[in-house]
Amino acid sequence: MNTVFHQLMRTEASANPLLPAWPDILWSAVVFSTLLVFFWRKVLPNFKANMDARAEAIEGRLAQAELAQAEAAEKTANIEAEQALARTEAAQIRESARAEGAQILAELKEAAALEALRMTESAKKQIEAERQAAIIALRAEVGTLALDLASAVLKQSLKEDKNATSMVDGFLADLEKDSKKN
Amino acid sequence: MSISEAIRPAAGTGDEFVGPTIGEFYPDAILFIGTPFELNRIMLTRILVTIVLIVVFTILANRFRKSTLTGQFVPGRFQMLGELAINFVRKSIAHEQLGEKDGDRFLPLLVTCFFAIIGMNITGIVPALNIAGTAVIGLPLVMAIAAYITFIYAGAKKHGMTFFKTALFPTGVPKVLYIMLTPIEFVSTFVLRPVTLALRLTMNMVAGHLLLVLCFTSTHFFLFTVDGPFKAMAAGTLFFGFAFTLLEIFVSILQAYVFTLLTTVYIQLSLADDH
Repeated sequence: MNTVFHQLMRTEASANPLLPAWPDILWSAVVFSTLLVFFWRKVLPNFKANMDARAEAIEGRLAQAELAQAEAAEKTANIEAEQALARTEAAQIRESARAEGAQILAELKEAAALEALRMTESAKKQIEAERQAAIIALRAEVGTLALDLASAVLKQSLKEDKNATSMVDGFLADLEKDSKKN
Repeated sequence: MSISEAIRPAAGTGDEFVGPTIGEFYPDAILFIGTPFELNRIMLTRILVTIVLIVVFTILANRFRKSTLTGQFVPGRFQMLGELAINFVRKSIAHEQLGEKDGDRFLPLLVTCFFAIIGMNITGIVPALNIAGTAVIGLPLVMAIAAYITFIYAGAKKHGMTFFKTALFPTGVPKVLYIMLTPIEFVSTFVLRPVTLALRLTMNMVAGHLLLVLCFTSTHFFLFTVDGPFKAMAAGTLFFGFAFTLLEIFVSILQAYVFTLLTTVYIQLSLADDH
């Protein structure tokens, strides 16, 4: 019976290649539906998920990069502004320092000049005082010397003589006056 | 002396040259003989191709999933190749004809048809298989019926009964012409579309297989059966066998593309607002 069925099917199929035999159709259906379900349920969902995730990741990364770039630009701008500010500040400081330095220099010069003046003054005063002292001492000494000399000449002491002493003093004063005139 | 006399078999070898017949496509059954699930060489080839496709695309699908889960989006060579192939169907065929939304809706059918046809066609030149899984009408017919159901479903879902009305009674035509037009439209839309889909594919593969068999059996015949200078003809037939093998590779991919593209176009025509 089986072989008859088989024989019939084969001769039928051989007769017309456009009419499918049952095994042909059945196996084709099995194969095709297996592949259809496989691609539908397994391959394509994974494929689409991957493509979408990738597109998202690329877009996300692009956005991130843009954000980072904007941040960097902002930072650069900030730094530049800060630099400009610092530069101005430095210039100001330098300027004021220069002015201050000039002022200090001027003050110092003035102070030095004053000090020099003061020192000159005091030196002059000292010299004057010393001169006066020297004059006084000299005068006394010269007076004594003159009197000694005169005593020696006159063979008597004139030391006790008030007249002699005042004469010598007067002479010396005249001498002084003369020297001053000259 | 005529050529047919010259190419007579050498004395004593016996048989004449026998060209390939349609019997090529009905090899003897191997398993389940006598049942409707009788397996012959072609059915086994189809099952083998199915297994190969499932193995290859399972590896690919796992790569996709791994890439999605780990966030490592730089594809390797294999994944890149798979992407290229799937995106060819998705972008160049489906999205191009149907737009992104409908393209993705009908993508499973289109992708399955495309890769199944390529896989089944290419076995026509794979040594030891040497026959296309699509060379007998069953598989092309099943796929054509799937395409047929899909484009009718697409139209009926979107336009309801008006789909059949506009398909059979084109608008803007005088009513008298419907006597002539309606039968033509019916035959071209609801009969010829699936029939041509199935036949184009099957006949391409049948012709390809017959050509290859002819080239190689005649090479064998010239080489081992014919005497004298006509042995040299074997070089020519072998060369043609080689050329037709290359052609078959091209035809395999081309037919997959044509089948998928036409299915897409039929779906697109069903979805179009006025046809």
